[in-house]
Amino acid sequence: MPTFAQPAAVPPGAAAGRRVPTRRNTELFLLLFAFAVTVVLSAAAQAALIDTVRPDCLVLPLLVLLIGLVAHVVVRIFAPYADPVLLPLAMLVNGLGVVFIHRVDVPSEIMAQNDGRDLPTKYSTIGAFDGLGIQQVAWTALAVIFFCLVVAVVRDHRSLSRYAYTLGLVGIVLVAIPAVLPASMSATNGAKVWIKLPFFAIQPGELAKLALFVFFAYYLVRKREVLSLASKRVLGLEFPRPRDLGPVIVVWIMSVLILVFEKDLGSSLLYLGTFVVMLYIATERKSWLVIGFVLFAFGAFAAYSLGTWLGPFQNFHDRVDIWLDPMSDPLNTTFQLSRSLISLSVGGLFGAGPGAGDPTSVPLARSDFIIATIGEELGMFGLAAILLLYLLITVRGIKAGTVVRDPFGKLLAGGLAFSMSIQVFVIVGGVTDLIPLTGLTTPFLSYGGSSLVANWILVGLLIRISNDARRPTPAGTTGGPGGPPPQLQSAATEVIKL
Amino acid sequence: MNPTLRRASLVIFVMFLALLGNLTRVQFFQAKSYAENPSNPRILKDAYNVPRGAIMVGRNPVAYSKDTGGELRYQRFYPKGEEYAPITGYMSQVYGNSGVERYENSVLNGTDDLLFTQKLSDTITGKKTEGANVLLTINEKAQDAAWNALKDKKGAAVAIDPKTGKILAMVTSPSYDPNPLASHDTDTVTKAWDSYDPSSGAGPMANRALGGGGPWPPGSTMKVIVSAAALENGYDPSTNIPAGRSYQPEDGGQEIHNDVDSICPQDQVTMLVALRDSCNTGFAKLGVHLGAQTVVSKAEAFGLNKQMTIPMLGQDDGIPVAKSVTGDPHGESQVAQSSIGQFNVAETPFQEAMVAGAVANDGTEMQPYLVQEIQGSDYSTLRTAQESKFGQPIDSGTAGKLREMMNAVVSDGTGRRAQIPDIEVGGKTGTAEHGDGAPEHGWFMGYARDNGDPKVAVGVFLESAGEGGSADATQIGGDIMKAVLGK
Repeated sequence: MPTFAQPAAVPPGAAAGRRVPTRRNTELFLLLFAFAVTVVLSAAAQAALIDTVRPDCLVLPLLVLLIGLVAHVVVRIFAPYADPVLLPLAMLVNGLGVVFIHRVDVPSEIMAQNDGRDLPTKYSTIGAFDGLGIQQVAWTALAVIFFCLVVAVVRDHRSLSRYAYTLGLVGIVLVAIPAVLPASMSATNGAKVWIKLPFFAIQPGELAKLALFVFFAYYLVRKREVLSLASKRVLGLEFPRPRDLGPVIVVWIMSVLILVFEKDLGSSLLYLGTFVVMLYIATERKSWLVIGFVLFAFGAFAAYSLGTWLGPFQNFHDRVDIWLDPMSDPLNTTFQLSRSLISLSVGGLFGAGPGAGDPTSVPLARSDFIIATIGEELGMFGLAAILLLYLLITVRGIKAGTVVRDPFGKLLAGGLAFSMSIQVFVIVGGVTDLIPLTGLTTPFLSYGGSSLVANWILVGLLIRISNDARRPTPAGTTGGPGGPPPQLQSAATEVIKL
Repeated sequence: MNPTLRRASLVIFVMFLALLGNLTRVQFFQAKSYAENPSNPRILKDAYNVPRGAIMVGRNPVAYSKDTGGELRYQRFYPKGEEYAPITGYMSQVYGNSGVERYENSVLNGTDDLLFTQKLSDTITGKKTEGANVLLTINEKAQDAAWNALKDKKGAAVAIDPKTGKILAMVTSPSYDPNPLASHDTDTVTKAWDSYDPSSGAGPMANRALGGGGPWPPGSTMKVIVSAAALENGYDPSTNIPAGRSYQPEDGGQEIHNDVDSICPQDQVTMLVALRDSCNTGFAKLGVHLGAQTVVSKAEAFGLNKQMTIPMLGQDDGIPVAKSVTGDPHGESQVAQSSIGQFNVAETPFQEAMVAGAVANDGTEMQPYLVQEIQGSDYSTLRTAQESKFGQPIDSGTAGKLREMMNAVVSDGTGRRAQIPDIEVGGKTGTAEHGDGAPEHGWFMGYARDNGDPKVAVGVFLESAGEGGSADATQIGGDIMKAVLGK
C-alpha cells in the first residue's frame, strides 16, 4: 500500500484540534463577485448592441446567480469544508458563457428571422428569453442538479472506487456508441460524437470521460507499484518492464480508435494525455511521460501520413494541413479557423468591447468557437483572464489532491483537474492555431448540456475531495498511516448503495 | 504522490504559457496581417455600418448615407447623381471608392486622426464614431450652369476662384449615376458598372475635367502661354510680329494656315491682334523665334509637365490630375506646331482654368482645391482649407499686358460669346485637330474680373465637337462665369 509520509497530507488544524474555518462565506462573497462581473459584461454588451441598457440584461446573470446560490447552499450543508474558490470559479466561467452566448443570440436570432440577413435595427426586439442563452441557463440548472447530487449523495469519494470496473465499462460503452450508430444519428460537423434522439442529443463522450477517469484512478492506484517497477535505465530515465506496457497500449489503441471511427481528435488527445499524466502521478516515473509522448507523436505522425491515402485518417490529415496554413483557403477549407483567427486579431490586446465584435462572421460562435467570440470582444487580456480562471480551477483541484489523504482521491483529483486543463488546452489551442483544431467543448463556456453536466459533475467531485481534504479529522476515524483501507470503513458509503 | 502531483501542475503551467504565448502572436504580433486579410468580412461591414459623413455643397448634401436597417446598414445616396459624379465619385461594395469618396475616405468613415477627440469620447461612451462631413468649395449655381450647358455634349468644364484656388465648378459629360454602384445588391452594382464601360478609360466614368481619357491638344489656347513668354522677352501687345496667310517651316512638315483667309493675311500684325483673331502663322513664327526652350519653360511655370493633385484635408494623397504636357518639340516644324497647341502638346480643362486664373490674378497662380472644410457630425468645423500659392508664372506687369490682349479676344475677337455686361472678361478660344478627318476639339479658357477683382477663371473643353466647337465652349465658359457672378 502507498505511504503517507508527506507532511502536507495532514490537514492544518487537525493535530491541534483547532476549529477549521469552513470558508463558506468566502464562497458566497465570491459568487456575488462573479455575478457582478457577468452583470457588467451583460449590460455593456447590451449597450453596444442596442445603444441602451434595459433591465432585462440582468435576467440571465440573475438566473445564473440563483443556480449558484442553490449550489452554495448544498455545499454548505453537505461539504462545509470544501474549497471555497472552486464553485465561484466554475460559476463565473459558466456565467460568462451564458452572457456571451446570449450576446451572439441577438444577431443570430435576427438573422434566423430574416432569411439570413442581419438587421441591426431590429436587435432591440430580442429579449433575454430568446435564443440559446436562456437554454444554456436551463442546461446549467440541470448540470448543477447533477453537481448537487454528487455533493449530497457521494458523501465519500472513495466509495466510487467500488464501482470502478462498472464505470470503466460504462465509459467504454458510452465512447463506443456514436461509432457504431449510423452517421445520421451521430455525426455533426464531421465528428461522430453524438447520440441523437428525437427530442435531444447528447455527447456521451463528455460523461464517458468522467467514468473513465474514475476507472483510471482506481486501476492505477491498484497497479502503481507494479507499474513503477523499473527494468532498464536509458538516458537517466528508468523504463518500465515491457509486459507492464499493456494498459498504456490499451488506452493508446482506444484513442486511435476514437480518432479513426469518431474523427474526434480532441477526445482522443484528452484520454491519452490524462491517462499518461495520471500514470506519471501514480508511479512517479518520468519515463511514462516519455512513453506517452512517443506513442502520441508516433500515432499523430502515422495518422497524418496515412491520411493522404487512407480514408479514416483523411479528416486528421486535413486538419493538420489547415493548422499549418490557416489562411490558405479562407473561403473554403480553412474557413472556420481563418474566421476564428481574424476575429481574435481584430480583438487585439484589449478587444472591441462586449457587444462590439462581429460574432456572426465566425461559425459556431456559441459553441466550438466561443473563445474567438470572447477574444474579439474582450481581447487578449480578457482571454488571459479566462485562462487564468481555468488554471485556478486546475490548481485548486490539484491542491485538493495533495491535501487529501487517500491515494485514490489524490489521483482522481489530479486526473480530473488535469483533464480540465488539457481540454482547455486542446480547444483553445485549436481555435488559436497552436495545435490542429479539434471539436472539443470549452468547459463551462460552450453552449451544450452534455458538456455542462459533465463539467459540473467534475467540479462536484473536486468539491467532494476538497471537503475531505480540509475536513478536520476526529482522531482514529479516517485513514491515517496504518489505518484500515479507506473504502471499507466510511459510513457515508452506505448512502451510495441506495 | 504529492511531488508528482505538483510536478504535473508544472506541465499545466507550460500548457497555459504556450496558450498565452500563442495568443500574443495571434492578437498582437501577427494581428495586423490576419485582420487585413481580404476574407475578413468586417472590412466591408465596417464601411457600411457606421453612418458615413456627407459630402456637402453649401447646405445641401451631394452624397449622404441613409440607414436602411439592412445587413450593410447604411446605403449611400447621390441626389444629384451625374452632375456631381466627377467630384463625389462612387462608393461601391464591389468596386471600392473613387473621387472624394476615396480621397477623403478616412474623414468620411470616421477613422481619420482629425476625429481623435471624437473617437476618444466615443470609446468611453461605447458609440461608434460617426463619419465627418466634407464641405466642398463648389458653387452650386456655377455647377448647375456648367452641367446644364454640357450634359448633352461631350466634354468638361472647370471653374476656379483665381484669388483663392477654390474649385467652383467641375463637370464632365457624359457622366454616370453613382447611385446604382452604391446599391447593396451585387447584381445591380455589376450591371451598372458594366454599362459605364469602365475598361475603355474614356467612358462616362472618365473625368475629362481632370484629363480622364486625355489630355487633349489645346489648339489656340496655347497662344496665351506663347504670348506670356513673348511679353517677358521684350514684346508688348503692340509689338508687330510676322504673320501672313501661310507659313511653311524650313525643315518641311505641315504648312500652317489660318482658320480662314481673312485672319492676319498681312506680313505684320500686332501681337494683340494676332491673339484676338487667333493668328496661327503669327504665333507659329513667334514660337519658333522665341525658341522651344523659352516657351516650354514658361508652360512649365504654369504647371505643364508637372504631376498635379487636388489636395485633400484628411488624407495625404490628393485626387490625381492627368499631367498636361508640352511634348518635346525638336526642329522648326515641331516647334511651330507646338506653338499653336498641336503636335504633342496636350492639356486638361483643369490646367487651362489654372492658366486663365493666373493671368486674372496678376500672375499669381493659386493651388486649386476642392474641399473647403471638414465638419464633425454635429457640423462643427474640424479643419478648414488653407489657400496656397501654386506659383508665379508671370509677373503682374506681364499679366496686365496679357489681360489687355485676352480682353480684346472677348470684346472684339473670337471669344465674343463670353461677354458679360459691365464685367471685364478675357479669354482665348481654341480649335484643335487630332487625327486625320476627326472633328476638332473645341476649347475656351477665360476669366472675369469685377472692377479689377478677379472672380472666376474657367477652362472648357468640347471633345471632337467639330465646326463651332470653340464657339460653344466660349458660350459655356461665359455662362459659367455669369453664374458665379450672379448675373
